[in-house]
Amino acid sequence: MVVLLVRHTLAVLALFFETVFWIVVGPFKKKFPKPEGIFAQMVFAGMDSLIIVFFVAFFTGIVIAMQSAYQLTRFGANIFVAPMVAISLARELGPVLTSLVVAGRVGAAIAAELGTMKVTEQIEALETMALNPIRFLVVPRFIALIVMLPCLVIFADIIGIFGGFLVGVFNLHLNPYRYITFSFQFMAWKDVYTGLIKSFVFGIVISMIGCYMGLNTKGGAEGVGKSTTLSVVTSFILIILFDSILTGVFYFANK
Amino acid sequence: MEREVIIKADSVTKKFGDRAILNGVSLEIYRGETFVIMGGSGCGKSTFLRHLTGALVPDSGKICLLGKELTGLGEDDMDKLKKKIGMCFQSAALFDSMTVGENVSLPLREHTKLDKNVIETVIKMKLEMVGLRGFEALMPSQLSGGMRKRVGLARAIALDPEIVFYDEPTAGLDPIVAGVVDKLILDLSKKLSITSVVVTHDMKSVFSIADRVAMLYEGKVLEVGRPEAIKGSKNPMVQQFISGSPDGPIRFFQQKDDYLETIMK
Repeated sequence: MVVLLVRHTLAVLALFFETVFWIVVGPFKKKFPKPEGIFAQMVFAGMDSLIIVFFVAFFTGIVIAMQSAYQLTRFGANIFVAPMVAISLARELGPVLTSLVVAGRVGAAIAAELGTMKVTEQIEALETMALNPIRFLVVPRFIALIVMLPCLVIFADIIGIFGGFLVGVFNLHLNPYRYITFSFQFMAWKDVYTGLIKSFVFGIVISMIGCYMGLNTKGGAEGVGKSTTLSVVTSFILIILFDSILTGVFYFANK
Repeated sequence: MEREVIIKADSVTKKFGDRAILNGVSLEIYRGETFVIMGGSGCGKSTFLRHLTGALVPDSGKICLLGKELTGLGEDDMDKLKKKIGMCFQSAALFDSMTVGENVSLPLREHTKLDKNVIETVIKMKLEMVGLRGFEALMPSQLSGGMRKRVGLARAIALDPEIVFYDEPTAGLDPIVAGVVDKLILDLSKKLSITSVVVTHDMKSVFSIADRVAMLYEGKVLEVGRPEAIKGSKNPMVQQFISGSPDGPIRFFQQKDDYLETIMK
């Protein structure tokens, strides 16, 4: 079990280094993936995720606002709902919830697509055409996710804050102008950029796990199903794991 | 007549787990000929083909393609070599996220600096060769099995390779399409002097296209020779395979243990 875990970890790391190698060396060898391919992946990973990310972030913002208002009204500190929503979204909920949604939507799709390609000999066909599957399939997906996931997180932060704003203004009858100024008064630049660094790391995790599971699919339709499930489960665990590690590094390491 | 050896396999062996698939296969294939490898299912012929394309690496033995040894080749040299070979897969292995035209043009778009219009012309020519001109915009899922196979063939010859490998090109095709594919393989070999290596167990196809035939059995080369010589072979195994008789030295049952003993256990 432990041996297996170590072996898979090393294999994923090897895939990661090879992907980075192709991104760095590719342009010099004139073997960088075509921009259209990367663009198509960006549309799929980013644009097409907007709707689900919108709903998740919007209602999360509303829920945090309501939950915290329930406690804060007792102290007559209703206005603190604003920074509460903004900071918890920017630091934690924005990056983590968005990444979980993207892992379920995009990571699973990557694993299923590459897995099907593997079991139907399409990966082998690429190789016999002297097209490296990592360069041709993994690199565009990797770039798409590490670029689009932080963008989606910014989008989620804004939408979530908007959701909280609606609760604050229409339910708690706070002054809209004060709500906004209070949000940004307490939110530090660090809250935002640590969230974005997190989402960047989660983007690496989702793309690498999805591609690794897909490329290592064995045995027909059942195998594809298995790698898809496994990619989502592994991504979820790793996202939460890296989230706690990074939070520790950002907020407790220098003390 | 001294002919150039274009593919040379020297006692290639391969094991998957405990099962030895290839037991020292040695073959020489000459430039421009159509070489057919025949044998029953599971005799290792597809595995051997995968060794020739570089998809699998032998446990021991050497494979030389176009005068270069595959095992010692770096990635760049291997890529260069791969551009000179084409492979026609049994399941066609078309990229199902791309249209027929994109499938055929992929090697051209990735490996050449040809202009878009030129590539479009080349696609039309290649698809015309397999009788599918006008199907560029269709997706592979909209095609029948035989059509997919022909698109796969068009893709394999897109870069004008020196060697084309066919994995069961006529399996699952109706007799007419099978005949067309056979004729296509012949045309390519004769007109463009492409070397063809065909793995098949379709006897009709073997004797209509082959310049030379090798019979593989249990990971070994049983016999190599011209089709007429194979037809008149004295080897009972070869004769059984050609006639398709269930009785003979080739056993249908793979198990080596005693049946009675196993079921009484």
